[in-house]
Amino acid sequence: MAMAMAALRREGRRFAPMISPRPITALRSSPLAPSLEDECPIGVRYISTQVVRNRMKSVKNIQKITKAMKMVAASKLRAIQTKAENSRGLWQPFTALLGDLPSANVKKNVVVTISSDKGLCGGINSTSVKISKGLHKLNSGPEKETKYVILGEKAKAQLVRDSKKDIELIITELQKNPLNYTQVSVLADEILKNVEYDALRIVFNKFHSVVSFVPTVSTVLSPEIVEREAESGGKLGDLDSYEVEGGETKGEILQNLAEFQFSCVMFNAVLENACSEQGARMSAMDSSSRNAGDMLDRLTLTYNRTRQASITTELIEIISGASALEG
Amino acid sequence: MLGRASMLLPCRSILPARARPFSTDLPAAPSADATFTEAWTKVIPNMDPPKTPLSFMQPRPPTPSSIPSKLTVNFVLPYASELATKEVDMVIVPATTGQMGVLPGHVATIAELKPGVLSVHEGSEMTKYFVSSGFVFIHANSFADIIAVEAVPLDRLDVNLVQKGLAEFTSKLSSATTDLEKAEAQIGIDVHSALNSALTG
Repeated sequence: MAMAMAALRREGRRFAPMISPRPITALRSSPLAPSLEDECPIGVRYISTQVVRNRMKSVKNIQKITKAMKMVAASKLRAIQTKAENSRGLWQPFTALLGDLPSANVKKNVVVTISSDKGLCGGINSTSVKISKGLHKLNSGPEKETKYVILGEKAKAQLVRDSKKDIELIITELQKNPLNYTQVSVLADEILKNVEYDALRIVFNKFHSVVSFVPTVSTVLSPEIVEREAESGGKLGDLDSYEVEGGETKGEILQNLAEFQFSCVMFNAVLENACSEQGARMSAMDSSSRNAGDMLDRLTLTYNRTRQASITTELIEIISGASALEG
Repeated sequence: MLGRASMLLPCRSILPARARPFSTDLPAAPSADATFTEAWTKVIPNMDPPKTPLSFMQPRPPTPSSIPSKLTVNFVLPYASELATKEVDMVIVPATTGQMGVLPGHVATIAELKPGVLSVHEGSEMTKYFVSSGFVFIHANSFADIIAVEAVPLDRLDVNLVQKGLAEFTSKLSSATTDLEKAEAQIGIDVHSALNSALTG
């Protein structure tokens, strides 16, 4: 669109010197629109409409492609939305039991950033990366460190640039097979095995509706930190009142609990992020096809004007030639 | 749609009972968020702080002074919420220490589950599920959260396949060399024998 405006402005400037030497009396020439590439010297007969036509063809193709992408994203969204909504009950018992302490002061923070592999999905990946960087800044201080675990290509591309030394693990191609709990639990296991953590903060985009995605951070604390917070009272003070059945020690059960919590929260987070990705892609492609439609309208007008101007020019020449012959 | 909207607004009124700082009461819920949001706005003033799960949850009621008549059960699986805030009389869960019966007014407990049968008793009817494993949290306000990885109603299980699986894993255990293989085979045997006893007993 900017190019079309610039072209019209350029045409306005060129058009003044074009009409003055020409003996047009009867007909006011409509604003000529010489094509952008043709540097028309004064006195040329007609302008090539080929360039405008080529541009129209490519814009029409773009419109078709983006419309198709929107439909594909809509169908993928439908498929995954039911799964995400069903998994919403999974993390609620954990938050009911352990509360949510995003402001817990811990030494080893791990930020798990969930993003998409493919692009063209609006700004959700940039938002996730910005929040992750914000968390890193929030949790920086003496004796504190923050590491990243990255899921998805887009966050990797952005974070590798400036935080390369803080990245522990990168996982891509998550959505090659349809998302299921087994895959996510294996993933969670890998992360827990390879990364030392006191607190895991999972950053993802929660899906509210097709047009609204809210960046969210879920915190999973390691069993030692849970014990520490429980002893110091406050939010988790009641944890001691819970009897722990089974196992040899309470610590063992709490360890299993923390791992289970992490895998459940990851599962929900990954599904919600996938829904948000498809929703964002839908709206991005929708606005793109609308934009292409607008561009096409403007180009059609330009094309018609060019065509009519060339016809008018021919007519003028014929008529003025004929009238010159007559007398 | 309505479900989602109501999740966003925690609008339960809180009884002036003793505060359970645990059960995401309204006063407690914003305070955790408040420290986080304050810290965030100090360090990163340009961006809105991200939301936390607390803002998406409905707060749980505090512990009542007398034992309620019904137990409220949430039974969730990764793929579905089987039972969501359903009021029942009793549930029997297969904890690692054995079958545990949970009645309203049960002491607050965290228990890990082993493969076994979960039965939900509501009045005269009883529904049985086979659960693979998971956790159960019993809160002092007679809320029970059962989180399982897999659960199937008993009538969906096939006896022949169970027997075959049991035989297969027993042979795997005898031919296992590494600790990992032995552990995997042992897990298979545990699950299948639990399935067997669930179907027969």
